[in-house]
Amino acid sequence: MEFTFPANPFKTHGGADVPHRKNTAQIESAVLPPPAQVVLPIQQHVGAPCTPLVKIGDTVLVGQKIADSSAFVSAPIHASISGRVSAIKKVMLPGGQYTDAVVIDSDGEMKVSPDVKPPVVETPEDFVKAVRESGLVGLGGAGFPAHVKLNVPKGKNIDTLIVNAAECEPYITADHREALEDSWAVLSGIYAIRDLLKLDRILIAVEDNKPDVIEVLSKIAYNETNDPENHVRVLKLKARYPQGAEKVLVKSCTDRSIPIGKLPADVGCLVMNITSVAFLANYMKTGMPLVTKRVTIDGSAIKNPQNVIVPIGTKIAEVIAFCGGYQSEPKKILMGGPMMGLALANDELPILKQNNGIIVFDEQEAHLNEPTACIRCGHCVFGCPMNLIPAQLEKFSNARNVEKLEEFDVMDCMECGTCVYNCPAGRPLVQAIRLGKAMVKAGGKK
Amino acid sequence: MADKLIVSSSPHIRSGVTTRKIMLDVIIALTPAAIASVIIFGLQALFLIVVSIFSCVLSEYVSRRVMKRESTIGDLSAVVTGILLAFNVPVGINPIALAFGSIVAIVVVKQMFGGIGQNFVNPALTARIILMSSFPSQMSTWAAPFYYLHRTDAMTTASPLGILKEGASGTMPALLNMLVGVRAGCLGETCAVALILGGIYLIVRKVITPVIPLCYIGTVALISLIAGRSVAFDLLAGGLLLGAIFMATDYATSPINLKGQIVYAVGMGIITMLIRIFGSLPEGVSFSIILMNILVPHIERLTRPLAFGKERVRK
Repeated sequence: MEFTFPANPFKTHGGADVPHRKNTAQIESAVLPPPAQVVLPIQQHVGAPCTPLVKIGDTVLVGQKIADSSAFVSAPIHASISGRVSAIKKVMLPGGQYTDAVVIDSDGEMKVSPDVKPPVVETPEDFVKAVRESGLVGLGGAGFPAHVKLNVPKGKNIDTLIVNAAECEPYITADHREALEDSWAVLSGIYAIRDLLKLDRILIAVEDNKPDVIEVLSKIAYNETNDPENHVRVLKLKARYPQGAEKVLVKSCTDRSIPIGKLPADVGCLVMNITSVAFLANYMKTGMPLVTKRVTIDGSAIKNPQNVIVPIGTKIAEVIAFCGGYQSEPKKILMGGPMMGLALANDELPILKQNNGIIVFDEQEAHLNEPTACIRCGHCVFGCPMNLIPAQLEKFSNARNVEKLEEFDVMDCMECGTCVYNCPAGRPLVQAIRLGKAMVKAGGKK
Repeated sequence: MADKLIVSSSPHIRSGVTTRKIMLDVIIALTPAAIASVIIFGLQALFLIVVSIFSCVLSEYVSRRVMKRESTIGDLSAVVTGILLAFNVPVGINPIALAFGSIVAIVVVKQMFGGIGQNFVNPALTARIILMSSFPSQMSTWAAPFYYLHRTDAMTTASPLGILKEGASGTMPALLNMLVGVRAGCLGETCAVALILGGIYLIVRKVITPVIPLCYIGTVALISLIAGRSVAFDLLAGGLLLGAIFMATDYATSPINLKGQIVYAVGMGIITMLIRIFGSLPEGVSFSIILMNILVPHIERLTRPLAFGKERVRK
């Protein structure tokens, strides 16, 4: 089949030149010693929550499945350390909602479960099943179960895999380090997906502020023995936020516009985060499910910023202590980057599967000016990658005008925060839009 | 720790651009034209600019105070209005009349409609129009450039557009003089070089995009060409450059989307030339901007950008 690669990325609308602050890009990832306890919420993904498969007092081993659901759109949870289940209790998730969590007290031995063995994969169906068993969710931050994406519905023809290594959030370098430290796995994962889904074209999309990643991946991708037909190419994207957002990325790489309410599969694309792809390769080789995660620990309040590979469920405070602790009083703790991350109420929350960074601001960095009146400068309109009018949406949201909110496509907003970043008046546009979306959803139920 | 952490909606960083910084950039961009006006029309020009700024800022302070709202003089927008209003009057105006114009601009046009960003017409231009109808002779008496160097009192002359329109006595200034501003006119409108310099600064600083000024000026040039007038003259005479660069681009009263800005700017160009060619007034920039200001909500409604990935539905 014919396939071509774009020489340059295609044009996208809007965006902002956010600061990069990739302070940790050149620091090798550290491995956190196994913690004494992990807390594993039974919902760490988009979809149905799991039900615990263990009870208090049970002994569990590393990689053992401890929670699962019968729903397809869900992802099982595995023990990240070996030890004893000491409690099953309610914990708060970053978004503020409560869910059950399995608490495991370590026996200090990190004994691996006998269930951990490479999956036997012969058909695409086997592959989807194996990916589901691995517990993999979109590691770029969205937390969408990976097997759902890979389970391409019949009638939808996917021709392009886009490996998302844009990593446009300031500070976060987890994908950057993954690409450098585990580049073999990235390529191996790509081949696995290509062979099973019979894809022609694989684009590894990297922002141009990561020349070392582009160099390393290009070297392996342009390889006559591994890829004689040249199915894999690295595409250098302009470093401009929100380049890594799925719809923006698909447009940059293929010039295809994903219609409102549709998915990349509807325009023949599959988008996967680079760390997810690398994880798949390692999983196919070892059978070890998703039990650890590389997390960027950075921000003005962190003493020794770096990437740390941590067992999922480790308390944030412990990981920060490993990085030398706080060098100044923390004022804001973010799960994720400064553009789309969630501000946490405390540092006792566990690291979740899709976490790629914990960014802690000191007082100065956390300071934001009080909002002033909208001056109608239009910066929000020109910056919006979805071509919306955030200033109008804010007004409609404040007026609780559901009809107008819908007419102006409020549900199309992906909350990337570009409008607020650009706003000279510091209007809380995204906050108003979130409320507006909630109103529309509530209105739709009537 | 929990009670000391800030929990707020994302994003958690800002570009650092604030309303105040934008207004400061506009003030910087207006400075070359202000200096030119002082050179061309003497220290009285400086005095008028100061009077206008002072009365605008004071009006803003007092009106916010009376309305029991927080003071907004810190955003410097009243200073910008003050400079622009002074730029739109002749040097011979009575300072008290100018102060009256400032009150109209800030209190009536801006604050009574809710303050910054809420006014639907340009405050300085509306005040200029009020002054034109309240003090018609003062507002149309033009001092000759460098009049202050001559001993004779009240050395007046006709403005270039006046000469063209009414056949007023006087000789047309040479093109080079028009370019550097040695011609009769309002304080800030004469020196084309200074205005263009300011415009470039605003574009470089990303305070404005070139869309509105270029579409406006381009439309004027095109119509002038078709009508067989002197294009260079139409571009440099009157308040076109001041209007196109500094007044038509006023955020509050111009469309916030690209297509709307084009429609708006072309509309201003057409109205300006209609007034210049057919109207009884010599100049049409102020009226064209105000008229298009009023149409902005409708223009925005008709030119709304289509959301990404949305097909245009024909109704």
